[in-house]
Amino acid sequence: MKVLLVDDEEELVTALAERLSFRGIDADWSTSGSHALELAQAHAYDVAVLDVKMPNISGIELKKRLEKTRPDMKYIFLTGHGSEEDFWAGSAEASQYLVKPLDIETLIETMRQVVQK
Amino acid sequence: MIRPDGDEPKRTLGLRPEFWGSREGSAESQKHSLNLRRLWKTTVLIMTVVSITPLVVMTAVDYTVTQKSTESELLLRTSRIASNTKRVVLFSLLERMTALDFIVQDNRFQMLTDCTRMEAILKNLQQSFGGFVDLGIIDSTGQQLCYVGPYDLSGVDYSDQDWFRSVRDQGMHISDVFPGFRRVPHLVIAARHELPGGGFYVLRTSLEAEFFNTQLSDLELGGMGDAFIVNAEGVLQTSSRMHGKVLDTIDLAVPEYSNSTRVYKTQTQDGRTVLIGYAYIPQTPFILMIVKQKAVLMEPWRATRRKLIGFLALSISAIMVVILAVTTYLVNKIHWADLRRVATLHQVEYTNKMISLGRLGAGVAHEINNPLAIINEKAGLIKDLFVYTDRYADDPKLTGLVASILTSVKRCSDVTRRLLNFARDTDGEAKPVDLALTLTEVLEFMGKEEEYRSIEVTINIDEDLPTLVTNYGKLQQILLNLINNAFAAVDDGGRIEIVVRESTDDTITIQVEDNGCGMTEHELTRVFEPFYTTRRSRGGTGLGLSITYSLAQELGGSIDVESEPGRGTQFRVTLPLAVERKRGSVDEGTAG
Repeated sequence: MKVLLVDDEEELVTALAERLSFRGIDADWSTSGSHALELAQAHAYDVAVLDVKMPNISGIELKKRLEKTRPDMKYIFLTGHGSEEDFWAGSAEASQYLVKPLDIETLIETMRQVVQK
Repeated sequence: MIRPDGDEPKRTLGLRPEFWGSREGSAESQKHSLNLRRLWKTTVLIMTVVSITPLVVMTAVDYTVTQKSTESELLLRTSRIASNTKRVVLFSLLERMTALDFIVQDNRFQMLTDCTRMEAILKNLQQSFGGFVDLGIIDSTGQQLCYVGPYDLSGVDYSDQDWFRSVRDQGMHISDVFPGFRRVPHLVIAARHELPGGGFYVLRTSLEAEFFNTQLSDLELGGMGDAFIVNAEGVLQTSSRMHGKVLDTIDLAVPEYSNSTRVYKTQTQDGRTVLIGYAYIPQTPFILMIVKQKAVLMEPWRATRRKLIGFLALSISAIMVVILAVTTYLVNKIHWADLRRVATLHQVEYTNKMISLGRLGAGVAHEINNPLAIINEKAGLIKDLFVYTDRYADDPKLTGLVASILTSVKRCSDVTRRLLNFARDTDGEAKPVDLALTLTEVLEFMGKEEEYRSIEVTINIDEDLPTLVTNYGKLQQILLNLINNAFAAVDDGGRIEIVVRESTDDTITIQVEDNGCGMTEHELTRVFEPFYTTRRSRGGTGLGLSITYSLAQELGGSIDVESEPGRGTQFRVTLPLAVERKRGSVDEGTAG
């Protein structure tokens, strides 16, 4: 399984990517929407894990753009604002929705679920 | 019970209107409320003055007018009676004098000295006119030549009597009533007649004083009236009902001379007011007096006056009752409207405050969540390094430290999640609520107070409780306020029991009971009133329960309270299982 992690907090995505690699999941990371688009152009990913709130391109906007290049890719959203309203407000299409701080096992489980769908 | 909004309560017994005590409220409520007590007083005063003054003035005017007209009517009537009676008395005296004159014209002097003839004349006079007692002929020296009558007066010498001198000088005399030789009250009429050969003789007759009484006793005077005749010295010439017998002196002043009939008002010695009509009877020493008791005469008017005053008093009472009732009712209405207005104002303030607090909390939680996520991932990574690389696996201390960091992160994220949950939903839609979870969350807000103060909190929820669909935020605030109050009420080591039960009619009852200080009857009636607080010195605003009350109403429910001082308090919130969904308020979600 190949995963793309996008969050404006570099400390978060790097640590997360490393932790996933410990668990045998190949994860690329990016701290901006534009870089993430470039990565997606270059590689194929099974799942994209996007922070909802990011500078310049928000997670929801990013998802719309990524869908154009990679229509088969699945999405998981992360939010620091643990409310369901955020989810319903714009990410209704998102396959999953997780609240920060994350539990790594929950994240992996969720990724498996969305990929299998 | 005063409630910030909703229906007015039933009036409690007692005459004190609800608004009267509103001044006892806090200074803050004064700031917002009108001075209702003054409004009530002013309104009552103005309405009383406006409605009662014309009534009283009209009654007073009518009173004076009727009193005056009744009095003048009485004076007029008295005057008329006096005038008529005077004429009757005068007429009967003149009648008798004319009779005497006729005798003189009809009989020569020699015939009159014949006592037999005189006896016949007297008899005729008594039969025709009445009142005549005797007849006498007196020569110019005052010697009685012939006397006929019941007394033995023949040969009496009248030369030194006043009446004789008077008749000798003036030709005619009517005497006062006097006892004379015979010791019986009588009056004398005497007339001088010239003899053809010079000299004169006097024909004299006496009338019994009773003669006047017959004239006066027929009078219908009314009002304890009295009619009598006095002479210029105030000596009674007739007997009177109230002022003494014949020849007594009356207890009234002799009225001043007037040639016409007069009426005046005076006081008797015993203080009664009397109306006196009098007339001087011309050519006689007599004064006719009619005396009437004013009080007795005014009695019919007084009776009318009593009725009038009674009616006035009744009208004023009725007006006052209506004014008081209407004013009290209206001011009470204003009081309720005012309370509602103030409560609404403060609820808006409170809601705004809660929203601001919520936003602040959400902002803080959100900002903390991101670094927390980093700490979480870094600590997780360290843990992973231990687990997956075996490099530090032998160091249980490091592993323990990392586990401790992760536990703390978990605790922090619980706090931020709670803050975020609290911030949301104040205007949110109704959704299924897990009451047990909500209660636990609310108790978590109370922090460690429960533990520090050794307060025993028990939650008792029906196993098969149906799902409650309601506004989570409002429910949370209601519970938070009630539990907060319960914590404030109990002493350390106290007990708080929360019981949730399904009740009839698709409602559930949440009961928060404490064994704290309780409330007095008075506190209980004002517990939901805005700004009413017993904890002002400890920072109470007096808004908590009034807002709780409004919130419960917004959820379609109600709150009631029972309390006993020293025993504890029991708040019961009754909520419908499902509130009616109202669409329109979409939450603005801030993603991130």
